[in-house]
Amino acid sequence: MRFLRSYAKSLLLWELLLGMRLTLRHFFSPKVTIRYPEEKTPKSPRYRGMLVLRRYPSGEERCIACKLCEAVCPALAITIDSEMREDGTRRTTRYDIDAFKCIYCGFCEEACPVDAIVASRFTEFHFEERGQQIMTKDVMLAMGDKLEPQIAADRAIENQYR
Amino acid sequence: MPDIQSYTMNFGPQHPAAHGVLRLILEMEGEVIRRVDPHVGLLHRATEKLAENKPYNHSIGYMDRLDYVSMMCNEHAYVMAIEKLAGVTPPVRAQYIRVMFDELTRLSNHLLWLGAHGLDIGAMTVFLYAFREREDIMDIYEAVSGARMHATYYRPGGVYRDLPDQMPKYEHSKWRSKKEVDRLNANREGSLLDFIESFADNFPQRVAEYETLLTDNRIWKQRTVGIAEVSPERALQLGFTGPMLRGSGIEWDLRKKQPYEVYDQMDFDIPVGRNGDCYDRYLVRIEEMRQSARIIKQCVKWLRENPGPVMLDDPKIVPPRRADMKESMEALIHHFKLFTEGYVLPKGEVYAAIEQPKGEFGIYLVSDGANKPYRVKIRPAGFAHLSAMDEMLKGHMLADAVAVIGTLDIVFGEIDR
Ligand code: SF4
Ligand code: SF4
Repeated sequence: MRFLRSYAKSLLLWELLLGMRLTLRHFFSPKVTIRYPEEKTPKSPRYRGMLVLRRYPSGEERCIACKLCEAVCPALAITIDSEMREDGTRRTTRYDIDAFKCIYCGFCEEACPVDAIVASRFTEFHFEERGQQIMTKDVMLAMGDKLEPQIAADRAIENQYR
Repeated sequence: MPDIQSYTMNFGPQHPAAHGVLRLILEMEGEVIRRVDPHVGLLHRATEKLAENKPYNHSIGYMDRLDYVSMMCNEHAYVMAIEKLAGVTPPVRAQYIRVMFDELTRLSNHLLWLGAHGLDIGAMTVFLYAFREREDIMDIYEAVSGARMHATYYRPGGVYRDLPDQMPKYEHSKWRSKKEVDRLNANREGSLLDFIESFADNFPQRVAEYETLLTDNRIWKQRTVGIAEVSPERALQLGFTGPMLRGSGIEWDLRKKQPYEVYDQMDFDIPVGRNGDCYDRYLVRIEEMRQSARIIKQCVKWLRENPGPVMLDDPKIVPPRRADMKESMEALIHHFKLFTEGYVLPKGEVYAAIEQPKGEFGIYLVSDGANKPYRVKIRPAGFAHLSAMDEMLKGHMLADAVAVIGTLDIVFGEIDR
């Protein structure tokens, strides 16, 4: 009996029909894909995208050139030069991140004692020429200014976990 | 009739079915394979050497990039080795989180394997369905660590941050009505644990879908049954681990045999195959996915009921919490010390192995008492499997080569290191 049943099933392409029924059902079910540039998948407040530099609300840059991020970076992507400014504070004169070397591990953000370098949600950046991948202090500060509301909101949520 | 001359053929390294950068030299006799010579090293990045030049914590991120399909499992072996050497045990909650993420990683790995294996043999649909579920796992990864793949989430002494109380939600756009957005967000209303639970609840159903498409399918069976049979004795001799070994009928699983973290408190079964062919290994992996979903559910239940710390409170290894660092001088000193020169581990050597989705993944760590490892040796699961390729493929047809590559579940980031 079992033999007959399996013979009949095999002859009638039973398992293929079952499979096709499944794909047909999915043909009419709601789609899981999204239309990318217009729609985006949600990102969490922990997202590690482009690295940017932040400022205090007063407009003063946060970074104090302690070089912790430079020391902790596993990919050696960060280069910092520092000097004393006229007002006697220690500031960077050069803060470069090589975006090609960076592995987006987020260690620099973890290490920074003043939350100066942060990983933002921004991912859609591109470079047109060689050399542009070295993100300079100006670029990162400008990006930081642009993204500040989102960055601040994300840190506000995340602070309870850190 | 003229004699058919045997000839040599190059397979890869740019072949779409070669799973990355596998290069095979095939000696063919007509369409029958006589000898296989896999070439390794095209993706060599000197991870072991790199790790010797960095403080311990810096290499966690590079472990993700070894087997880039089971990221957190690699990290797990590495941090476990460090913890063993330092003689610390992470808090229980961290252990549960690790087990849960190991199992999620297993699902993600097996889903990719299933999709790619199916695609290689000509079943396109499973690939698309598998990636639908994989997307959810990537979202879970991202919600907890901030990166969709290379998480860098496990740390010696625990995990980096606790599970978030919120899941990120889809936003309204002109392409979707409110109802549709609500449908997308349906399981994202609660915390991450709710999301994981709904995922794990739905998952067996999804596995049933894959099985409908493949398990009884005559084409699938013709391509896998009886292909690359490995006897249990041979599997042991060849150094197989993981589903490759279990497919041959040997019940060996580090999660059961040498339980690490909290696996000894989990209730799950180890599936084993009978014939040791591609089809049995497929069945073993499919069943493993169901068991993983079971483990995940148990972890979710425990984690819901037991909040607590996820990091050790040991300033010698674990950086202080941020709020403390900003207020207490001592914490700030520890912070600076840990992030500049890291920590020092006592002299000695350890081997820590975990049951990675592909098999036994081990880290052998030698410390000479400095803040960097003296030597790191990575024991990838895939290398032994790849070495057996010649034996498994001999006498099969050319078209079976892709079936065998699929069933080996190899990833070159790990094999070439
Ligand atoms: S994210 Fe990691 S790799 Fe990139 S700059 Fe920061 S520390 Fe370096
Ligand atoms: S970004 Fe932060 S860690 Fe890096 S030098 Fe500036 S203050 Fe120090």
